[in-house]
Amino acid sequence: MSNWEVVIGLEIHAQLATKSKIFSGSPTAYGAPPNTQADLVDLAYPGVLPVLNARAVQMAVKFGLAIDAAVARRSVFARKNYFYPDLPKGYQISQYELPVVARGTLKVMLDDGSVKTVGITRAHLEEDAGKSLHEGLAHATGIDLNRAGTPLLEIVSEPDMRSAKEAVAYMKKIHTLVRYLEICDGNMQEGSFRCDANVSVRPKGQEKFGTRAEIKNLNSFRFVEKAIQYEVARQVELIESGGKVAQETRLYDSDKDETRSMRSKEEANDYRYFPDPDLLPVVIDELFIEAVRATLPELPDQKAARFAKDFALSAYDAGVLSASRELGAYFEAVIAGLGASHAKLAANWVMGELSSALNRDNADIANSKVNPRALTGLLKRIVDETISGKIAKEVFEAMWSEGKAADAIIEAKGLRQITDSGAIEGVIDSVIAANPKQLADYRSGKDKLFGFFVGQVMKATGGKANPAQLNELLKTKLGGGNA
Amino acid sequence: MSLTRQDVEKIAHLARLSITEREMPVYVSSLSSIVNFVDELSRADTSGVQPMAHPLDGQHQRLRADAVSESDHHEKYQRNAPAVAAGLYVVPRVIE
Amino acid sequence: MLHNLFIGELAERLAKRQISSVELTRHFLSRIERLNPALNAFITLTVERALEDAAAADARLGKGEKGPLLGIPLIHKDIFCTSGVKTSCGSRMLDNFVAPYDATVVARLKGAGTVMLGKSNMDEFAMGSSNETSYYGPVKNPWDISKVPGGSSGGSAAATAARLTPLATGTDTGGSIRQPAALTGVTGLKPTYGRVSRYGMIAFASSLDQAGVFARSAGDAAAVLQAMAGFDPRDSTSVDVPVPDYSKALGAPLKGLKIGLLREFFDGLEPRNAALIEEALNIYTGLGAETREVSLPHLPLSVPTYYVVAPAECSSNLSRFDGVRFGYRCEDPKDLLDLYKRSRGEGFGAEVKRRIMTGTYVLSAGYFDAYYLKAQKARRMITDDFRAAFEKVDLVIGPTTPTPAFDIGAKMNDPVLMYLNDIYTIGANLAGLPAVSVPCGFVDALPMGLQLIGPHFAEAKLLNAAHQYQQATDWHKHAPRGYE
Repeated sequence: MSNWEVVIGLEIHAQLATKSKIFSGSPTAYGAPPNTQADLVDLAYPGVLPVLNARAVQMAVKFGLAIDAAVARRSVFARKNYFYPDLPKGYQISQYELPVVARGTLKVMLDDGSVKTVGITRAHLEEDAGKSLHEGLAHATGIDLNRAGTPLLEIVSEPDMRSAKEAVAYMKKIHTLVRYLEICDGNMQEGSFRCDANVSVRPKGQEKFGTRAEIKNLNSFRFVEKAIQYEVARQVELIESGGKVAQETRLYDSDKDETRSMRSKEEANDYRYFPDPDLLPVVIDELFIEAVRATLPELPDQKAARFAKDFALSAYDAGVLSASRELGAYFEAVIAGLGASHAKLAANWVMGELSSALNRDNADIANSKVNPRALTGLLKRIVDETISGKIAKEVFEAMWSEGKAADAIIEAKGLRQITDSGAIEGVIDSVIAANPKQLADYRSGKDKLFGFFVGQVMKATGGKANPAQLNELLKTKLGGGNA
Repeated sequence: MSLTRQDVEKIAHLARLSITEREMPVYVSSLSSIVNFVDELSRADTSGVQPMAHPLDGQHQRLRADAVSESDHHEKYQRNAPAVAAGLYVVPRVIE
Repeated sequence: MLHNLFIGELAERLAKRQISSVELTRHFLSRIERLNPALNAFITLTVERALEDAAAADARLGKGEKGPLLGIPLIHKDIFCTSGVKTSCGSRMLDNFVAPYDATVVARLKGAGTVMLGKSNMDEFAMGSSNETSYYGPVKNPWDISKVPGGSSGGSAAATAARLTPLATGTDTGGSIRQPAALTGVTGLKPTYGRVSRYGMIAFASSLDQAGVFARSAGDAAAVLQAMAGFDPRDSTSVDVPVPDYSKALGAPLKGLKIGLLREFFDGLEPRNAALIEEALNIYTGLGAETREVSLPHLPLSVPTYYVVAPAECSSNLSRFDGVRFGYRCEDPKDLLDLYKRSRGEGFGAEVKRRIMTGTYVLSAGYFDAYYLKAQKARRMITDDFRAAFEKVDLVIGPTTPTPAFDIGAKMNDPVLMYLNDIYTIGANLAGLPAVSVPCGFVDALPMGLQLIGPHFAEAKLLNAAHQYQQATDWHKHAPRGYE
C-alpha cells in the first residue's frame, strides 16, 4: 500500500433549511405521510412552472462567502435529463456551467493537529428527488415525492484528500459550517446531509489521476471512512493483480462493509444538459451579497481562534469547543459565570463530563440536563474547594439524573470537602497506626505506597479530604521515604 | 448527414420510446432527412455570437419569498393516477 | 345572425338584456351540434359547464355589471388545463387526463365572464401545421373540408371561421395561431413572449410558446388580449410590464406609420400571394402609412434554427409523460424500462416521437455544440436583425403562409415539407415578437393571410394597424359557404 497514493474528492449534498421548496410553495418538513407535501409543480403535472425561492439563493451565497469563494453575479439553472421514477419531470433542475458559487477553500484540522487547506471547486443549487420505497410491495416500488423539489446545495471539493481520515475531517468541517450558517440542519439520519465519495489510486509520484469510482449516498462519517478504506483496498488489489478500475458508480453496503457496483446504472448517462428555458438567469448584485454577508455569524475557525487566544486553550481544545455554535455558546456562558481564569477547568468539564453525558443519552446540547448556570455552580465549588474534582463528578451525575443544583446535592449528601487540617491529621494518624507494615515499607523506599495511604485516608473520609492538604500533611507525617 | 439504425435505437432508448420493427425504417429515414435539413445551420458563420436561451434578453429570474403556499391535495391528485398504493405511486420494482 | 356579430355587438346586446348569455350559448351549442361533425373541431364539448357559466354571467349582467367579455362564449384549445375537464393536448397520452387546475389564461377569461363551450382539437402536443397529427382525427377546413385548417390550433381556427364560437384561445410556438388563422380566414394574434402567462399551458417549447387568440376582428382580439395579458407570479418567464388599454389604442390614425417590407419574405413569393400583399400595401399607403424595404439577412436560418431549438426543449418537456403519476400507462409493464418505453411509445404519435428524438439527438453528447448551441447563436442573429429593422420601421409586413390550405394527407409523409409551412411565422417566435394575421383575400377560393410583426410589447400598435385595415376592407367578414 505504501507505493500507492489515494486521491479522494467529496460531493456533499446539503438540504437547505428553507420553509418551502426551491421551485414550489410546498412545505419541506421531514416525516410527513407519503405524497402529502407534493404539489402540482413537484408532481410535474402538465403545464406547471418553477419559481425560484429567494432564501435558497441567500443560503447558497452565505455558504460561498463563508468559504471565501467568488459568488457568481450571474448563474444559470440547467436541466439534467434522465429517467427515474423519483424524478417526476424526467429531468432535475440543477446548475451546470454557471453555478452560483465558484472556487473557495476550507481549512480542516486533521487528527494530528495539522491544518490542511482543501479546495472547493464549486457549490451549486439544485432540487432533490423523491424517494423509492421497496418494502411491503411485491415486485414493485412505491414512490414518495414529498422530498422532490427540496433545495439542495451541492458542494464539490477538489480531489485534495489523500486518506479516508482526511475525507472524514473535511466532511465534518463542512457539516459544522453548514450548521453554523444555519443553512442546513445536518441531520444525516433524515438525509439532510449526504455524501458521495470519488476515490481513485495512483502510483506515488505519478501526476496523472487514476480512474475513479464514485461511491454514492454515504450518510454517516463512519460509513464514509469505512467505504473509502474498502474501496482503496479493492482498487489497489485489482490493479496489482493486473485488472483495471472501471469508472462506475458504487454503493456501500454497511452490513457487509463493502462497496459494490450499481447494477441498474448502465454506461455513463448522457444528461444532455441545457439551460432551463422556464427559468431566467439568476442575477445577484452587491446589495444582495452585502445583505447576506451581514447575516454571517462568527465562523468556526474564527471562534476557535478566539477561544485559543482569549482563554489560553490549545488549538485542539478550541476546535472541539467550537464544533457547534451551541457548544461554543454553552462554553462561553460557563466562562461568563466562572471567569476566564478558570477557562481550562470549564473546557475540561464541557469536553469531558458534559459531552460524555450527552453522548450517553444521545442528546444534543440544547437538551442538556445540566444548563450552563448549573454547571458553573458546580465548578465554582471546585474552585472554592468546597469539593474535590473527584467528588464533583459524583455531584454532576446526581445533577444530571435529579435535575437539582450542585449546592443542594452537596448538602443533601454531605459531600463537603474536609479542609480542617486537624481533622485530616487525625485521620492520617489513624490510618498510619492501622498500617504499620506499609509504613515501614514506604519508609524503606517503596514510594508507590504513598498512593495506598492517600487511598486509605480518602476511603476513611468518604473521599472528602482536600487532596492538596492531604498530600502535604501525609508527606510530613510519613516522613522518611523519598516522597 | 444520415442516421443509422443504431443511431436511432440509441436515441430512442435515451428518450425511452419503443419503436416497432415496422416503424424503424420510417423513423430512420425521416430523422435523417430532418437532421440533413437542420445541418444547414452548419454553414452559417456564428463566430463571436453569444447563444440566446430566452427571447427577452436582459430579463432575470424573479425570486419568490420563502413561504409555504400549498397544502395537501394528494387524494384529489391520486384519484386518476395509474397505480397507487398506501399513498405511494407504484411502479415495477426498481433495483438499485 | 348572432354568430356573425362581433364581440362588441354581442356585449352590447347582452348588456341591454336583449339577449341572455344562456340564449347566446344555446345558439352556439346547437350550431356546434349540427355543424361540428363535418369539421371535427372539438375534442370535448362542455355543454353543462357552458350553461352554468352562462347562467353565472347572466346573474352578473342582471346586477348591472358590465364587461366586454361578460357572457361571451369561447372555446379553449385543448392544451390549456381546465379544472375538472378533460385536457388531452390532442394526444392518447392524456386521453384520460382530467386537469386538477385552471391555466392562468383560463382563470382570467373565466373571471371576465366568458362561457366555455368546449376544448378544441389540435395537433398532438402542438406539434404540427395541419391538425393532422391529433389522436382524435384531423380537423377539416370549413372553406373546403378536403383541406387542412392549418395547425397546431386547427380546431380553434376552424371553429372560429365556421362561426361555432365568437372566439377561441390558441397557442403559437412556430406559427400555430397565425398559420391556421390565415388558412381559415380569421384573425389570429400571437402576443410578445412573456405577455401572457404560460402557467397551465401544456409546454411544447418553453422559450417559444405563447398563448393567443382567434377572433373575427382585431377589435375582438384586443378585448380578449386585455383579459389574458399581464404578469403572473407563477410563470418565471412572464414579464411585469403594465398592460395598456388595447381597445383604446384602436382608431389611432396610421399617418406616418412606417411599415417594413421584408425582402426575405418577398423573394420568391408566389405571384398570387404577392398580389394580395401588394393590394394590402396600397390600402396602408392610402391610410397614410409609409413603406420601405428592410432586410433580415439571417432570416433564412429561422426554420432550421427552430427545428433544433423546439425539438430540444420539447424532448425534455415531454419526459414527464411516463405512465407513473397521470396519463396513459401501457398494460402489464414487465419492468420499469418496459413501463417507460411502451407507455411513451404507445401514448405518443409519430410526429411527437420524431420531435422528441430529434431533440434528444441535438442535445446529446457530441452534437450539442454543432446543433443546439449553434441554433441558439443563429437565434440571436435573427433577433438582432429584427431589432435593427425596428429601428427603421414600426412594423414589418408580409404573407403569413406560402400557399393557401393544402389537401389533407398531402404533406404527412414528408416532415421537412410540412416544416416549411412555417417559413414566414417562425422568425417572430424565435425573437419573441408579437405578430398578427388578418384575412387579406383569396387564392383558389381559399383564404390567405396578411401578417404584421411588431417589436416587443407593441400589441397596441399591431392591433391598431390590423383594425384600420379591417375598417378599409371586408375580407374578415367573409364566411365559408354553409356557415354564414
